[in-house]
Amino acid sequence: MILLLTFEFPGEIERLRSQLETRFRTEVNVSRCELDCRAFFNLDRSQFSSSAIIERLENGLTPQDASKVLAVTGLDLFIPVLTFVFGEARLNGRCAVVSSYRLDNSFYGLPDNPAILEERLLKEAVHELGHTFGLLHCQNPECVMKSSTYVEEIDFKSSGFCGRCLEKLAKL
Amino acid sequence: MTDQVSMLIVDDEPSVRDSLMHWFLPEGYRVDTADGAMQALDKMRDSNFDIVLLDIKMPGMDGIELQQRLREIDGQLAIIIMTAYASVDTAIQALKQGAYDYITKPVDPDDLSRLVRNAVEQRRLLRENLSLKEEIQSLISTDEIVGDSPQVREIIKLISTVAQTDVTVMIQGPSGTGKELVARAIHFNSRRRFFPLITINCGALTDTLVESDLFGHEKGAFTGAQYRRKGKLELADKGAIFFDEIGNIGLKTQMDLLRVIETKRFTRLGGNQVVNVDFRIISATNRNLEDAVKDGTFREDLYYRLNVFNIQLPSLKERASDIPLLADHFVRKFGAAMNKPFTGVDLGTMEWLKQQPWPGNVRELQNAIERAVVVGKPPLITLGDLPCPVDWRAPSISEDVLPLAEVEKRHIQLALEKTRGNVSLAAQLLDVDRATVYNKIKKYSLNY
Repeated sequence: MILLLTFEFPGEIERLRSQLETRFRTEVNVSRCELDCRAFFNLDRSQFSSSAIIERLENGLTPQDASKVLAVTGLDLFIPVLTFVFGEARLNGRCAVVSSYRLDNSFYGLPDNPAILEERLLKEAVHELGHTFGLLHCQNPECVMKSSTYVEEIDFKSSGFCGRCLEKLAKL
Repeated sequence: MTDQVSMLIVDDEPSVRDSLMHWFLPEGYRVDTADGAMQALDKMRDSNFDIVLLDIKMPGMDGIELQQRLREIDGQLAIIIMTAYASVDTAIQALKQGAYDYITKPVDPDDLSRLVRNAVEQRRLLRENLSLKEEIQSLISTDEIVGDSPQVREIIKLISTVAQTDVTVMIQGPSGTGKELVARAIHFNSRRRFFPLITINCGALTDTLVESDLFGHEKGAFTGAQYRRKGKLELADKGAIFFDEIGNIGLKTQMDLLRVIETKRFTRLGGNQVVNVDFRIISATNRNLEDAVKDGTFREDLYYRLNVFNIQLPSLKERASDIPLLADHFVRKFGAAMNKPFTGVDLGTMEWLKQQPWPGNVRELQNAIERAVVVGKPPLITLGDLPCPVDWRAPSISEDVLPLAEVEKRHIQLALEKTRGNVSLAAQLLDVDRATVYNKIKKYSLNY
C-alpha cells in the first residue's frame, strides 16, 4: 500500500491518488497530517529542507503498514547545495516528498492552469515513487523517470514509464 | 556496471553530504562521502573516484589544499570546488591548481547536473586519449624494423638518438629498403608523435599542383575553390612532414620549399594572411643528391637544409644475414592476416632466399613471401611457393658446351627475369649500361 501524506497542500488530492493507483497497480491511501514545519524551515533561504522532511517521515511519522510513503506539500523545497528541488526520494527507500510550489504556473508569473499543475504533480509524484522502487534516472526523454530540472522538461515527458523502466519495475 | 561513474562528496556539513548523495544516487553514480580532508584522503587511497565535489571551507585542511593532495593520488581526477562564499580569488586559485570548475552554493539543479555530466565526459575523453596514446605507442616502434645485423642495430641506434631532437633528417637508400618505415619510427618515437606525420610523395608533385597541395587555398582563389582548404604543410603543424622521393621535385618547387623550410611561414593561395607552422622535416630519396647538386638538378642550399642528419639504409644484399629474420617476420605477418597457420620457411628454401640478390630489397622479399603465403600450404613455405621461374631456382646441370651467344642470351634472360623485366636493374646486375641491355634484347628477340 502507498500512502499519500499531505501537509500544507492547498490542492485537491483525490485525482492524484486514483492515478497513482492505476500507475502502480496497488492500493493508494491518503492521510492528512499536521506537521510543525518550522523544524524544516531555513530562515536565510525562506525555504523548507526536503531532506529534513524525509528524515522526519523515516523516523516514525508514518504508519508501518504503508510500503511507500509520499509526502505531498505546497511548500518551497530545497537541499543545501541546490537553489530548489521539485521533490526528493530515497533510492530503494520507503519515503519521498514532492512539492507543487514550483509546478504552478503562477510561480512563473503565468496565468493559473490547474490542469497543467495536476499533470506536473502526477509526473513528479510518479518519478519520486519510482526512485523509492529503485528506478534510476532514465535517458528516454519521454519516460517519467527522465530527470527534470525545469517545468518545461516535466511538460515534455509523459507520466508513464518507458518499456525498460516498466520491465525493471516488474522485476522488483 | 563496469563503467559506473564514482563520486566522492567532501563536506563537513552532514546535511550537504547526505542531500547531495541522495541527489546523485538516482543518476546511477556510485556515491561516497567524507566529512573532511583526512577521511577523503583515506577513501581516495582505498578506492578509485572519477569526480570529487569538494567544499572549500572545512576545519583543518581546506578544500584548496586537499585538492592538491588528491591530485597527487590521481592526476586525472575531476574536482569541482563548492563554496558558500563567492570569492573570485579562491575560484581562480582552485582553477589554477587544476579544478574542473567552481560552484557557489546554492546552485541551480540544472547547472550542477550539467557540470557533473561535462566533468564525467571530460574524464572519459581523458582516459580514452591516454589509452589511444598507449595504443599508438605500442603500434609503432622501432620493433617494426626487423633485423639483427650490425647495420640494422646501428640504424635503430641512430633513430633513437635523432627521434629525441627536432633535427631535420634525410634518409637515403635504394628502393625498397624501408625509408618510410624509418621516417615513421623517428616520428612516432619523438615528442611530436601525437601530432600528425604528413607524407608528401614528391614524385607525384608537379609545379602547378604543388602550391595548392602544400600551401592550401582561400575560398575563391581559383575557379572551383569553393571553400578554404588547408594545405599539407598546415596539416603537419606540431607534427612532422615526410618528403618521400625528395630527389624528384622540380626546381620551382625546390625554391618554394626552401623558403618555407627557412621561415616556417607561408600564405595560402589567394590569401594574404601569414600562416605560421611548426613541423619537423624528414625527407627520403634513392637518388644520389650530391650528384644531382653537381649537375644542377637539385639546389645546393636546399640539399644542405635537408641533409642535417643523414641515415643511410643498406640494400638487402648488404645485410643478407637478416633475410631469415625478415622472411620469418613476413611469414608470420601475412599468415596471421590471411589466417593461414604458417610456422616459417623450410631450410632449403631459406638457404635459397639468402643467396638471392634481391634487387628490389626488403619490399621484393616481402612481396615474394606474401605471394608464397597466398599459394602455399601451411606449415612451411617451400621453394615451389615462391614467385620465380623454375629454371632460375634449379638450373639444370648440362654437360653440353653451348655456343657463347646462347649463353649470353640465357644469362641476359635470367637477369631480366630476376628483375621482373626492369632494364635498369638488370643492367646493374650485369654490370653493363642500359643501352647494352636494350641492344641485347633486340639482338636475341627477348620479350621485354
